Amino acid sequence: MANHPDAAKTGDLKLSSITKSFGDFLAVDDLDLVIPKGSFFALLGPSGCGKTTTLRMIAGLEEPTSGKIYLGDTDLTDTKSYRRPVNTVFQNYALFPHLTIFENVAFGLRRRGIKEVKESVEKVLALVELAHLRDRKPTQLSGGQQQRIAVARAIVNRPALLLLDEPLGALDLKLRRQMQIELKWIQTEVGITFVHVTHDQEEAMTMADTIAVMNEGRIEQLGSPADLYENPKTAFVANFLGQSNFIKGTVESTSGADQFVNLQGTRIAIPAARNSSTHKSLLVGIRPEKFRIHNVGDATTGNKLEGGVVTDISFVGVSTQYQVEMPWKQELMIFEQNDGGAPNLRKGDAVTLSWEPHFTFALDGDEDVKSGLAGVDGE
Amino acid sequence: MTRWLSKNLIRIYAALAFIYLFIPVAYTMAFSFNDSGKRNLIWQGFTFKNWLNPCGAPEVCTALGNSIKIGFLATLFSTILGTMIAFALGRYSFRGRNTTNLLIFLPMATPEIVLGASLLAMFLNLGINPGFWTTVIAHVMFCISFVVVTVKARIASLDPKLEEAARDLYATEWQTFRRVTLPLVAPGIAAAALLAFSLSFDDFIITNFNSGTVNTFPKFVWVSSARGVPAQANVIGSAMFLIALAIVISAQIYSSAKARRLQKKH
Ligand SMILES: Nc1ncnc2c1ncn2[C@@H]1O[C@H](COP(=O)(O)OP(=O)(O)OP(=O)(O)O)[C@@H](O)[C@H]1O
Ligand SMILES: [Mg+2]
Repeated sequence: MANHPDAAKTGDLKLSSITKSFGDFLAVDDLDLVIPKGSFFALLGPSGCGKTTTLRMIAGLEEPTSGKIYLGDTDLTDTKSYRRPVNTVFQNYALFPHLTIFENVAFGLRRRGIKEVKESVEKVLALVELAHLRDRKPTQLSGGQQQRIAVARAIVNRPALLLLDEPLGALDLKLRRQMQIELKWIQTEVGITFVHVTHDQEEAMTMADTIAVMNEGRIEQLGSPADLYENPKTAFVANFLGQSNFIKGTVESTSGADQFVNLQGTRIAIPAARNSSTHKSLLVGIRPEKFRIHNVGDATTGNKLEGGVVTDISFVGVSTQYQVEMPWKQELMIFEQNDGGAPNLRKGDAVTLSWEPHFTFALDGDEDVKSGLAGVDGE
Repeated sequence: MTRWLSKNLIRIYAALAFIYLFIPVAYTMAFSFNDSGKRNLIWQGFTFKNWLNPCGAPEVCTALGNSIKIGFLATLFSTILGTMIAFALGRYSFRGRNTTNLLIFLPMATPEIVLGASLLAMFLNLGINPGFWTTVIAHVMFCISFVVVTVKARIASLDPKLEEAARDLYATEWQTFRRVTLPLVAPGIAAAALLAFSLSFDDFIITNFNSGTVNTFPKFVWVSSARGVPAQANVIGSAMFLIALAIVISAQIYSSAKARRLQKKH
């Protein structure tokens, strides 16, 4: 494949204090971000949080109000979009309707005056397994095929960076899962940095090496999928990625790596590293699947909460979901695998809950426990 | 019976509508074969004479030539100017855009007779004698509005993401226009040009005011209708109709053949 003229100038993508305002509205607010070369990076956030705006600034289709964009050591901030070694897969693909598939894919190469177009285009069409459709027009393709052509049209240019703006949003669930695997495979195959925008947390978690969770124009937290899930630093992140139980508590003491917290009258332990707050009052988070449910009096390990009453049970195949009301009138949610480990329970049974201390995370007590939930519901 | 009627009502209606539409055309065509002499009002026998000698009647081909020349020039200028206006209105926001949008509609809404008369007054005030070029100017003026409206509709239906995609794929502003915008807007521009030509070719009222002694085909027909239109006028009218029909049909055949070819390939 043809080398990009700027291929040598690649490196990590760095956004430094990027701000974009539309009138008085701050769409992107003082964003700092480093995207390592060759990584599969996901930008995850609810609708309207500024993901597309961020991508458009990287592509050069939108000018930042302030801040700088670097690729390696090159400052791209004032570079025209057609001079950036960056290509985009648009949400609705934006394939050129008047050109054949072959000419669509060849478009970027031709504009750069590259001579051996045919070979490169055929190679990339083979990569996305659509070589037989080369003479068709885009409207004669299915949604999934158009999506793959949009990817082919971008990667044939060997950009330093491929931006994908919800490229799977228009596909049905089954095709979406299939394309996720395919995109991931293509990324490892071509070794280009992928920046993938999505508001589907599952998609981000399955595909990306690193996820940045975005909210209202800012990055809430950045990390690996497991890191974000197990150790969220804000209620927004905890809610946006999966479900959580939040219980109010206060720090009693710290000894070495452990912290002891008064959780509604019960003393529990959490690793100090899992507490992202410096305040005394905490919001203790436990994911529903981390709880274990027991008959009263059974032996337990780890932390323990007593006095629960089962108020609802629903069987969902691989697991059973319990609602348990605690003495302080809070409903907790518990997921148990249907592997015979949990006791047979009925509504109204008294239960004890336990969990391992390292599955706990603690946030500032003044975090809004509902934050991020609207975004999930909205999708 | 009623069942048959309700089943075929739409066909009967369509047939009647077509008969209504095509009787004048058929009449024109039939009388182009009339062995008429000077007055072409009463059927006097079948002949190919008129078709073999379409310029037989005095002035008819001069008038036709003028109409074609004026139509061509008016189409050229109004399409170029109108397309540029349409891009300006469709793509850029500037002060007075809404006013311009409104003013563009004005010539379409104004009665032709008023337009024609005031244009003539203006030309005379400026000391310009009406003739060939004043006719062209007048035609460009009223064609522009139609071109702007037609092309603007096409531009509005164009997804701006396509142009962004082109820029993203290393196309400069000019290349984006040349390779993406223009080809996509082209059908609209072609439609606008055809419309402009037929409006110009057809125009009588404004032309009558502003053409001085220059004769156009509609003017010729109008003047000669007092004495009975010569059969050559029917020949030319029928020929125009047949040429237009041939163009439409061959375009249809071409596109369906292309579609079939694509189908076959896969
Ligand atoms: N051209 C514009 N003019 C004014 N406001 C804009 C413009 N573009 C975007 N915005 C606003 O900026 C905010 C961020 O928009 P953006 O398109 O980046 O959201 P997003 O995170 O991509 O959302 P989604 O998931 O719905 O695509 C939105 O509130 C939007 O209304
Ligand atoms: Mg978006």
